[in-house]
Amino acid sequence: MSTATTNAADRIKQDITDNPVLLFMKGTPVFPQCGFSARVVQILTTLGVKFKGVDVLADPEIRQGIKDFSNWPTIPQLYVKGEFVGGCDIVSEMFENGELKQVFADKGVPTKG
Amino acid sequence: MAIDAGTIEKLIKAGLPDAQITIAALVDDDNHWSAHVVSAAFKGKSRVQQHQMVYRALGSRMGNELHALALQTSAPGE
Repeated sequence: MSTATTNAADRIKQDITDNPVLLFMKGTPVFPQCGFSARVVQILTTLGVKFKGVDVLADPEIRQGIKDFSNWPTIPQLYVKGEFVGGCDIVSEMFENGELKQVFADKGVPTKG
Repeated sequence: MAIDAGTIEKLIKAGLPDAQITIAALVDDDNHWSAHVVSAAFKGKSRVQQHQMVYRALGSRMGNELHALALQTSAPGE
């Protein structure tokens, strides 16, 4: 494994440990640069969940690193309490059927209402 | 670079031979597709694992030639 890959994996591990809800995305929560990232931001905002966004466009090492780390080829990627929940399709599906709210409740992450 | 619906279906079938695949265009640009994949191989797997199986079949194309594939997966009868 190259040093760059190791560094990226270490930084990702640290970040998902330090932040209960972490979204790897294109752009920032205020200015998403991709419709799929925007969709997940909108869902988290609707649920009133506090989260940190990591802009992969600003960090090429993380952009590739997170794909390898999660074994997942696309962005966005949502982590809750260190666990990979899914990309835009799964998060949307889980939001619509209520599962996502349950995941936050089970993991002790406060939501609105 | 773009990819057509027939190619997507062929690739998924190569990885999941029993798959029933429904593909629709999200945008008419050969770049944004939605696919519903039903396969017995998904039985007992989490949704993340099911999507990973489809991504594995698509290989390096996912995120490159194939920019966006909205994915829905299920086992038969689910």
